[in-house]
Amino acid sequence: MNQIFNKYQRELSAALAFAALLLVVLIVAPSFYSFGNLRDLAVSNAAVLIIALGMTLVILLGEIDISVGSQFAVLSVVAGLLAKTGLPLPLVAVVVLLIGWMLGALNGALIAWVRIPSIVVTLALMVIWRDVLRWATDGAWVQGLPASFQWFGLGQSAGQAVIVIIALLLAFALHWLMRNVAAGRAVYATGSDAEAARLAGIRPPHVTFHVFALLGAFTALAALLNSLRFAEIPSNAGVGLELKAIAAVVVGGTAINGGRGTIIGTVIGVALLGTIGTALTYAGINPYWEKAIQGAIILAAVCSEFLFAQWQTRRSITA
Amino acid sequence: MLTATDISKSYAGVQALRAASFDLRAGEVHALVGENGAGKSTLIKIITGAVVADGGTLTINDELVTQHDTAQAKRLGIAAIYQQPALFADLTVAENIAYGNEPVSLWRRVDWRARHEHSAALLARVGANIDPERRAGNLTMPEQQLVEIARALSANAKILILDEPTASLGEADTQNLFRVIGELRAQGVAMIYISHRLEELAQIADRVTVLRDGQTIETHAMRDVTRDDLIRLMIGRELSAVFPKRAVKHGDAVLELRNVTCAAANVYDINLQIRAGEIVALAGLIGAGRTELARVLFGLTPADSGEIRLNGERITINSPEAAIAHGIAYVPEDRRQHGVILPLAIDQNITLASLPANGWLNFSAERQQAAALVEQLGVKTPSIFNAASNLSGGNQQKVALAKWLATKPRVMILDEPTQGIDVGAKAEIHRLMGDLAAQGMAVLMISSELPEVLGMSDRIAVMHAGRIVGELSREEATQERVLAMALGH
Repeated sequence: MNQIFNKYQRELSAALAFAALLLVVLIVAPSFYSFGNLRDLAVSNAAVLIIALGMTLVILLGEIDISVGSQFAVLSVVAGLLAKTGLPLPLVAVVVLLIGWMLGALNGALIAWVRIPSIVVTLALMVIWRDVLRWATDGAWVQGLPASFQWFGLGQSAGQAVIVIIALLLAFALHWLMRNVAAGRAVYATGSDAEAARLAGIRPPHVTFHVFALLGAFTALAALLNSLRFAEIPSNAGVGLELKAIAAVVVGGTAINGGRGTIIGTVIGVALLGTIGTALTYAGINPYWEKAIQGAIILAAVCSEFLFAQWQTRRSITA
Repeated sequence: MLTATDISKSYAGVQALRAASFDLRAGEVHALVGENGAGKSTLIKIITGAVVADGGTLTINDELVTQHDTAQAKRLGIAAIYQQPALFADLTVAENIAYGNEPVSLWRRVDWRARHEHSAALLARVGANIDPERRAGNLTMPEQQLVEIARALSANAKILILDEPTASLGEADTQNLFRVIGELRAQGVAMIYISHRLEELAQIADRVTVLRDGQTIETHAMRDVTRDDLIRLMIGRELSAVFPKRAVKHGDAVLELRNVTCAAANVYDINLQIRAGEIVALAGLIGAGRTELARVLFGLTPADSGEIRLNGERITINSPEAAIAHGIAYVPEDRRQHGVILPLAIDQNITLASLPANGWLNFSAERQQAAALVEQLGVKTPSIFNAASNLSGGNQQKVALAKWLATKPRVMILDEPTQGIDVGAKAEIHRLMGDLAAQGMAVLMISSELPEVLGMSDRIAVMHAGRIVGELSREEATQERVLAMALGH
């Protein structure tokens, strides 16, 4: 028990914070728990969750990707334009996922083989994709989407359910894969100590490349699902999305230096950061505080990580 | 000028220095010699304030030094020059020399002209023909060394520590350095000179102190001792530990190297054969190319030319994966760094190099294998699910070994397998090496510890400057012969 506590301490503290938030809201504003509100929260956080899942792997490697917001915008517009050509939805999905994979693969190739630091690569591509999109669309929104595109053509409530289910299924699948597939072990090993991983016969550059490519594909899926929710697609979609995803991963207990963290933690992180704004509104606190409180939570999560690490090294020295 | 008395220091339970005493007079060059790990670096680090001694006293200029640190050392006029120059590569020579050594003017304004002239004067004093405005990173190694000496002089150093200064110098540069050292000595600068090149000590040193196993053994005037005296003093120990060497019948050659060269790793023209059941030791000083050779064999820096044969078949090893696929295992020297992955659980560490090829992990098989190896190697841990970071050094080393045993290798390369671990764990690892050989594995051991080299191996290949300079059988080998070969004689 004690061991499990030690191992998942950071996930547990995020879960505890989330539970405390839910409890406070339950007392102060029970109307928060209406089905409609919970459903809206789930639907609006599905895209963040999907991107945060991929981002978890990137951060586990000790890397970062801040281009996902711009990728998201590009992929949303591409999805909309493809849908307007009358292509059937499954085909649109395949093409968009493929393009997303390629955008991520470009990041990955530059980071893994050209060995440019990930913050630089993704910063440059964040700006490039955003401006390419602005130039290509002249800022125009994609309008007049076919009816079969919205909500998979299933109608709103069924469509919403499908989106949430897809996101949750992906989380469970990834959680399971990270534990049961050799590639998952390779991600943890590379993030902890790339040289040791290399000495064990793992190829760290390949791991890096595939993780970034996977994040690109996840971003594509998030963009696709998000586009289904609206009648038109803004060309400035996804601004700040990268920060939301990174924050959720960090709050969920993944070490920003890599090597340690879990998918479950990220799910909790998304839940905590995704609900806090709405919860505050229900609790009657000025919503202007939302960002400040989110920031404080992120800072607390990162601080606790480093304080804990220092405490552990001190303890191991005296031991 | 400087007196160190009964200095002791231990790192994580390993005694690096015990009762080391040393004195340095003004205007002398005092040589410090000893085998790898004898405690030279630790003594130097204590004098420069880089580490704090556990016990003993340090007196500099007749003052007892307490609360020693690097800033204090600088105030006392102590400067050290290491084998690898430590200049700011992107600053100019003048800036490097001036850094931290200039008088502070109003508003810390820089007087560029004075800085330039001051540097030029100091460079002239050390006989270096270098433009003070050149970028330090563009200088050659000997030039950088001279700039470092100029920098030390700029800081008004009275005590100069030179750690293997000639290790990467050619003959002409060495002679120039000796000339500079001679001039500084005439100016009253005291110098501690560390070198493995015993023959140059006769030329440059006034006195010599021999360190062995963390103790200062004897100090002599240089003219009173010969090279052979020094080697004898450096070794001078009985083979105290009993090594569990077992008689194993050797099979056919498993690994065979023919003229293997890798210029990038500074390893040249290696010929070596290891047979099944044989333990071959690679002896040599630090920097002789032993680890580099191991890295060539493991595909980390693939060979440029020559042949590597495994069981008689010629193979190419251009990546660790290829090496692993051929049944070669490598337990690296820096266990804490790269031998195990500290945050990962023990079972995950053990299976890391032998993850199933189809990509699907099998937890129960994984746990069974890890548990069996933990049992076989006697890793002391309450659970195989604990993180490797919770283990002691010796147990981490056993986990690193277990990881490679799980790959069922034919060749096991062990780089300093018992460095920094306690006596009990050491004996267990030695016993295990015997077991592996008895099972028909070919073992290549790199060790800086001569008793271990002599006690554990069937054959000893001695390296010097990137080449194998000689091979000794178990019967022929003595500490003196190995050390003499390693020193390049």
